[in-house]
Amino acid sequence: MTDRPSWAPPGIDINVPSVSRVYDYFLGGSHNFEVDREAARHVLKAVPAMPKVGQANRAMMRRAVRYAAGRGIDQFLDIGSGIPTFGNVHEVVHALNPEANVVYVDNDPVAVEHSRAVLEGNAHATIAAADLRDPQSVLDHPETRRLLDFDRPVALLLVAVLHFLSDEDDAHGVVATLRDALAPGSVLVITHATVTPHDRSLDDDVHRGAAVYQRTRTPLILRPVPEVERFFTGFELLQPGVVPMPHWRPDTPPGDDIDPAVLTGFAGVGLKA
Amino acid sequence: MTARPAPSGRGPDGTPVVRATGRAAAAEDSLARFAAIWSRAIYPVTATSMTRAEFEAHLLPLARSLRDSLHATRFDPRDAVPVGTALVAAHCTDPEALPSILGVIDAYMVLYCGPGPGLAADECRVRCSRLQHAVAVGFSQALRERTLREQESISRAALNAKTEAEIALAASEARFRAVFETAGIGIGIADLDGTVLEVNDALTGMLGNESYIRQRRVGEWTHPDNAPGTDHLNRELVRGERDHYHVEKAFPRSDGTVLWADVQVSLLRDTAGRPRYQLALLEDVTERRRLLERLRHQATHDALTGLPNRALFFERLDQALAENTGAGGTGSGNKASRKGGTGPGGAAPAPRQIGVCYLDLDGFKAVNDSLGHAVGDRLLVAVADRLRGCLTTPDQLVARVGGDEFVALYADPPDLRAVTELAARILTALSAPVLLDDRQLPVHGSIGIVHGPVGGRGAEDVLRSADITMYRAKERGGNRYEVADPAADARAITRHGLTNQLPSALRHDEFFVEYQPLIGLEDNAVLGAEALVRWSHPVHGVLGPDQFIPLAESTGQIVPLGRWVLEQAAQQAQDWRQDLQCAGRPPRINVNLSPVQLGHPDLVAEVAAVLDETGLEPTALCLEVTESALIGADEDALKPLRRIADLGVAIALDDFGTGYSNLSSLRWLPVSVLKLDRSFTRGMRQPQPDPVEVKIVEGIVSLAHDLNLTVTVEGVETRAQAEHLRALGCDTAQGWYYGKAGPADQLHKLSLADAG
Repeated sequence: MTDRPSWAPPGIDINVPSVSRVYDYFLGGSHNFEVDREAARHVLKAVPAMPKVGQANRAMMRRAVRYAAGRGIDQFLDIGSGIPTFGNVHEVVHALNPEANVVYVDNDPVAVEHSRAVLEGNAHATIAAADLRDPQSVLDHPETRRLLDFDRPVALLLVAVLHFLSDEDDAHGVVATLRDALAPGSVLVITHATVTPHDRSLDDDVHRGAAVYQRTRTPLILRPVPEVERFFTGFELLQPGVVPMPHWRPDTPPGDDIDPAVLTGFAGVGLKA
Repeated sequence: MTARPAPSGRGPDGTPVVRATGRAAAAEDSLARFAAIWSRAIYPVTATSMTRAEFEAHLLPLARSLRDSLHATRFDPRDAVPVGTALVAAHCTDPEALPSILGVIDAYMVLYCGPGPGLAADECRVRCSRLQHAVAVGFSQALRERTLREQESISRAALNAKTEAEIALAASEARFRAVFETAGIGIGIADLDGTVLEVNDALTGMLGNESYIRQRRVGEWTHPDNAPGTDHLNRELVRGERDHYHVEKAFPRSDGTVLWADVQVSLLRDTAGRPRYQLALLEDVTERRRLLERLRHQATHDALTGLPNRALFFERLDQALAENTGAGGTGSGNKASRKGGTGPGGAAPAPRQIGVCYLDLDGFKAVNDSLGHAVGDRLLVAVADRLRGCLTTPDQLVARVGGDEFVALYADPPDLRAVTELAARILTALSAPVLLDDRQLPVHGSIGIVHGPVGGRGAEDVLRSADITMYRAKERGGNRYEVADPAADARAITRHGLTNQLPSALRHDEFFVEYQPLIGLEDNAVLGAEALVRWSHPVHGVLGPDQFIPLAESTGQIVPLGRWVLEQAAQQAQDWRQDLQCAGRPPRINVNLSPVQLGHPDLVAEVAAVLDETGLEPTALCLEVTESALIGADEDALKPLRRIADLGVAIALDDFGTGYSNLSSLRWLPVSVLKLDRSFTRGMRQPQPDPVEVKIVEGIVSLAHDLNLTVTVEGVETRAQAEHLRALGCDTAQGWYYGKAGPADQLHKLSLADAG
């Protein structure tokens, strides 16, 4: 298929599964269509614990957002926000600081429209339709500029999104561009699907799950942990480093009953000096 | 969801507070334990991002509500409906959650919050069951509501997104529609069959009108000027084998004229990548092409005759020489039959031949010099027209490669005979005189023919060989052709070679001067000599001025060479005067002056400098200028000659009578000597002279003497001739009868003899 020219408006095809809506389904939401549920069921067949992975991802994000708010950060940029089923950044943040500003970014027109509806009337949260693969367009988006002041610290959330950027998309270059726009004191939150060195059989499952995403417009790229750590270039990687999501500063010690699949999602938080 | 006040807070019967508080604390404790069990059961199947502790805290008010409903004075199971609703709100939406929710109520509610005062155990169990039903109702209703709400919201979002996209698409379409309609370049869209679907105004304007355009499919736009091959490009495109091509193509306009367009054709595919449409962008390059063609024509054709020029001739000759496969070429039509043996197993074809006829007009320079360039030019045009008529096949070409030099190229002649026939046709075409303004101008030419196989010879080499051969034809009297012969080539003196060697010959002192005596007819005394330059060529031996002076004139070398001759001659004359110390007339020296020298700005200064350097008396020097050099000269052009005459130097009009001269001009030319061309006195070599000639010479002498000019006769070969000329009153003579040109001391001897 030929490349779409840049001037052509993005098309809407709800016959193609969307990662946002598949994720919503994992989280028990009904913001999805049969095509999404079909894809989700394929993932679940390979990785039955996928909803738990999503839950752990949300929980980690929640802890990271609280950490950032605790540092006094009152500006949040959540790229790849998807469909805000519940427990979103602005809900977590506004519970702590109702004056804090949150900008969501997504490239899925349906997710953008849904967010727009959910956030309607909220003066401190907005949605920008932009693509992470063009980070400058994210930074330059009028909505981003309206609510965020890049001269002050910002919490940048790249939660479960970088694994949808291929090496051709220059994922590391994208993060570097965003990093360069951030003021000192900003934090970077990343969660990422990884290939783990210790459990090959699990990896097979995860790979099979990843294969399902090939049918969406955004295939899933599993990266080894050092590659994930490399995203924090230019940041001080905070303790405990890049670790399985439930292990990142848990509120209570994680139990033994965590599904091993959940441990393939890694998380880390960096602080820009 | 706030819990109602615990009924056990204070007993209605006024039970002591301490006791009541203790009971209440115990009840709260039981409630907390129920909530913990409940949380443990539900948490694993929720999607909440709350921690376990948070979730447990979240369940506590719900548990309290259940307990209060259980113990209500007026039991209403519907009080438990909001509990089910609240659980869905806490994201316990997994179908697996409901059995856990109800199972814990069923197993532990009665146990931890069970029968008390006023509530029997049986009644308690019945109530608990009904509460469970109500929770299930609340849960189901909330889940249904939530699902519908979320489905509606996502559908609306999808719809909105679609609308947004459609608006964006419409805006984009409007923008591109504007580009399409107002673009300066022509745009057309056709389907894969070539049926034209849409054209813009620019394209319509280029080709005529829209209905004219729609009459044809893409493949039907043909024009004889188009090179074959664009058809297959289009076929490849519609088959999806290429996405794009770019050609320059001719299109017939509706008014019958031709449109030349720079055409870019792109394939448009559908989202699945299948070919759908073809898009053509056309830029009108008709004018640009016309200009380029004109420039190309100008660059490759002679402005005067319109014939191909030297550049085009060499281009074609190079092509002909390169096409050594026997295929291609402009095709003479007989090639196929002649070289038919190229089939499988056939012998290798013989190498292809080429033929070149190099034509130089005989005596053209004289026409140009005597009748002027305008006449010369018209003569060339007439010759060019005749040469055009000599071409019989498309692989023949005639070009003008120099002033009066033409070349016919025969790219693929069947044999030598065909080439000599072409040369013969040319000579025949030139055999009739050219009529210009009632004047019959005879034209003849000499042709050098080269014929041979291609390969191994460069174009320059071929042309040089033809040039040399042409000179052979000239040497043999002209008006004929000769065929190149390598042995003859090697001996031949080429103009090209000599021209190139002139500068170094001058540096290497290869020139020398000979002197032909000038005799006074009155007393046969030696009056002086004419200086004649010779070239002692290291290969070709001694060359006369006829062989190299025209070359030196055409390259400007005549200026330094002429000056050198003048210096030599002046010095020699001065030497003679000093040697002789004679009392009589000191010898005079005649030096030829070329028309090119005459136009040189330093001429006067150089003559004066030579006189100054040698000490020669100006009156001892005579500069000879040809009659043709002075024809048409205006006062400005004559000024240097006048100034030289003012110095005291004599000016002789050389070759008088050959150049259709205007006798009246003799009155004002700064001339003191007429040199009568030998052709006037040929008829006087015998004792009985030609009476007409006698009359003519008599008239000229009489006229000259009336104008105070002396008359010198050239080419005196017999005693009878000398006697006649003396009788006619001619003043001086030169010729073999008196002595050929020779070294300086020869004259010395003659002069001494004469003096003696």
